[in-house]
Amino acid sequence: MSGTCAQGDPARSTADRSPSPPDRPAPVLPADAPAPVPPPGRPVPDEQQRTRFLLEVGARLSASLNLHRCARTAVELVVPFLADAALIVLPPGAAGRSAWLRAADDRSRPQEGVITAAEASTVPGLAEALTGFPPAPSRWLDPAQAPGWLLPEGYGPAGHLLVTPLPGNGVAAGALVLARRIGTPSFEEETEALVRVFAARVGAAISAALLYQEQSSVNQVLTTGLLPPPLPELDGVELAGSLRASQKATRIGGDFYDVYLPGPARNGPAGDDPADQDGAAALVALGDVCGKGAQAAVLAGQIRHSLRALMLVERRPERLAELLNRFLLGFPPPRSFATMVLAELRPAAGRLRVGLTAAGHPPPLILRRDGTVEESTARGTLLGVFNEVTAASVAVDLAPGELCLLYSDGITEAFGGPTGEEMYGEHRLRADLSTCVGMPARAVAERLEQLSTEWLADHGGIHDDRALLVIQARTR
Amino acid sequence: MNPISETVIDHYLKLAGLADEYGAIDLALDLLDRGVPAEDVLLDLVAPAQARVGELWAADEWSVAREHAATAVSDRVVAAVAAHARPRPTRERIIVACADGEYHALPARLLTEVLRLRGWQVDFLGASVPDAHLITYLHQTDPEAVAISCTLPTRLPRAHATLTACRSVGVPVLAGGRGFGPGGHRARLLGADAWASSARLAADRLDRGLPPFPPQPAALEHLADGEYTYLAGRRGDLVARVTRTLSAAYPPMASYDARQMETTAEDLAHYADFLAAALYVDDGALFTDFVTWTAGVLRARGVPDGAVPAALDVFAGELRDFPRARRFLAAAAAALTGPS
Ligand code: B12
Repeated sequence: MSGTCAQGDPARSTADRSPSPPDRPAPVLPADAPAPVPPPGRPVPDEQQRTRFLLEVGARLSASLNLHRCARTAVELVVPFLADAALIVLPPGAAGRSAWLRAADDRSRPQEGVITAAEASTVPGLAEALTGFPPAPSRWLDPAQAPGWLLPEGYGPAGHLLVTPLPGNGVAAGALVLARRIGTPSFEEETEALVRVFAARVGAAISAALLYQEQSSVNQVLTTGLLPPPLPELDGVELAGSLRASQKATRIGGDFYDVYLPGPARNGPAGDDPADQDGAAALVALGDVCGKGAQAAVLAGQIRHSLRALMLVERRPERLAELLNRFLLGFPPPRSFATMVLAELRPAAGRLRVGLTAAGHPPPLILRRDGTVEESTARGTLLGVFNEVTAASVAVDLAPGELCLLYSDGITEAFGGPTGEEMYGEHRLRADLSTCVGMPARAVAERLEQLSTEWLADHGGIHDDRALLVIQARTR
Repeated sequence: MNPISETVIDHYLKLAGLADEYGAIDLALDLLDRGVPAEDVLLDLVAPAQARVGELWAADEWSVAREHAATAVSDRVVAAVAAHARPRPTRERIIVACADGEYHALPARLLTEVLRLRGWQVDFLGASVPDAHLITYLHQTDPEAVAISCTLPTRLPRAHATLTACRSVGVPVLAGGRGFGPGGHRARLLGADAWASSARLAADRLDRGLPPFPPQPAALEHLADGEYTYLAGRRGDLVARVTRTLSAAYPPMASYDARQMETTAEDLAHYADFLAAALYVDDGALFTDFVTWTAGVLRARGVPDGAVPAALDVFAGELRDFPRARRFLAAAAAALTGPS
């Protein structure tokens, strides 16, 4: 049976089974021993036990929004309280295959596998339960009809098998199969009722997890492009960035940075040489879209991607600023505006020349080898407000180890500090930067981010997004 | 004979201190080539060297920049060793994250690589991971366990919230890092499912498996006195008052310039944070350790011995109605004057 391989080794004998974990009672019997007569009594749970069971089910199933964890929790909960073995078959995914999880009373860890639609249809009632429509009642299976994969290895023939559809709220949520060994009592009426309540809880948890999973995977796809990119290794330049969004769950926000390599070269893949044959330089952009959260992040993403496209036809930073301004003005109201710094990187003869162009953005800081901090004179109008923008580029030469820091105003405008009510300010940023002489770019970015986070400390409140990017001339 | 001798560690430290990334990487890779297991290179070379970095900084022999540069080199070395070993994941997923506000990422990074070498599939979320991001990640990935690293005891209250959140979504927590205390007792108090003192023991602990669904830990009864809540909530206020009072009570401060005043306020904020953390876990030793460490750091920098006791005194004066805090302050002051 192709798709049904469980994690366990079918050839394993009873002797080398893993010991049962301390939180579960030891198995009454070796699983593959013949069932004794009379059966070991399975006391019918009393009222109090049923209530306790349902309370625990409620607490544990509501904890997770992960499909796999919900299913695992469910099979672990129900064994051995209601059955000797339990299997959950999840609704079919890609190619009609269904994942399953199975717990037995002698295994420390639920086993897992996948079945095809054809395999599912060999269990009467299972295929219907998996489609979720029409709603079907639970039903007894003739144990003789059960395919091998339904039960744990060495379990022996089941005495009783109950297949219960898991009612999902509007979506199919899979099915639950409960087994009791041959010679043990069947499911009493109270227990069957309890199984129905349990199945309802499990179905609700699984369908919520399904929805969450679907949304979060869409979310992930959409936000991945909005997260800061990994920074490339470039000749002569060391880059390090830090981005902390106020939106903590998704980590997206209006601050952004990106790196644009020259090329792609007409012959062959993009090289890692920041300046290609016709003298085009790698370009670094760091910017800040007005606002926070998803909306700002989407616009930040659009700016990053527009830049990428624009750069195919235009590489002069001043012109790029103008074009982006027009791009932003073209949005229907309510319009948003952005500030940005562009840095062209041109390594030459052991030094790094950085061409800086600012558009309404805090001017970059330059850290010299002796600890002096200079402010770049790059100034320009912010983007997305005026019909005309001015942006002039200035060049800064960096000796090996020297660096240029691009940052967003979320850094300098952070409120906090020892007394909790001061703005971090540019003077502190300069002072902290001046302690970074001799550090590699990554340590500088890390340190400045850490100091900024400590400045904010736990003063609660809503922080702004914070971005830092260090451009350092390599020492070797 | 152990191929990672003191001499090798010294040599490594020298290279790291010179920010000689390639030299340090070569040294580490050479050990691997000579058959030293990758786990040993990480834990018997890089880790002890890092601890020495801390001592050198505390003794004022190394600057902050040098400490950072050396740590950055170690980070690269860890990456190079990992790339060389290239373990293939054969086991379930483990998430490793630093507590919110925790920037000591290297200890967690070492743990990450050691677990990978032991076959786990590890996702390392990096320094200072906010709860919201971590919990979202847990829902998305359903790991076998989450490992939370906390080096600074001041991050423990936040780490507690994180730990509780992880456990409440059903994922067991393995705690570690110096912040949890030498015997890990703070990890137990805060409800971690397991704790380990080193990455090696952490891997061994995971081999034994963590309980799949953690029972609820006991509440922190001692928080009922409200001392932590006050200190944490009024931190800014308190620090401002202490700074003012101290500048009148401690003569050398009279000549401080603005920058020195601010540095002092930042130092005093650290006192407040460590005191708050000690109150949170009800562990006076946490505060005493910090105070003795600070006194050593200041002594190495030529700050007169009276500064720390004076600060403790002013805190005690400002916290007149807080018996637990005063007890911790007194214990720390006694440790300073006692034989050491
Ligand atoms: C490097 C370093 C830094 C770097 C960290 C950079 C980085 N990327 O990691 C930087 C410069 C950023 C830094 C900053 C600070 N640091 Co610092 N730092 C250190 C130093 C020198 C080394 C840390 C290290 O890498 N250790 C090596 C690892 C291997 O050590 P380890 O903790 O023993 O880890 C092992 C186990 O604990 C375990 N483990 C670790 N995590 C986990 C997790 C789990 C789940 C498990 C099971 C096990 C486990 O496995 C590891 C390997 O076996 C230490 C000194 C020291 N002795 O550790 C100080 C130290 C931790 N720092 C200290 C301080 C005070 C600070 C600052 C507050 C200083 C300041 N005023 O700015 C800031 C705070 C930063 C912050 N908010 O987090 C103090 C803490 C004092 C105290 N009483 O708590 C220390 C102890 C300094 C000292 N004594 O000399 N620091």
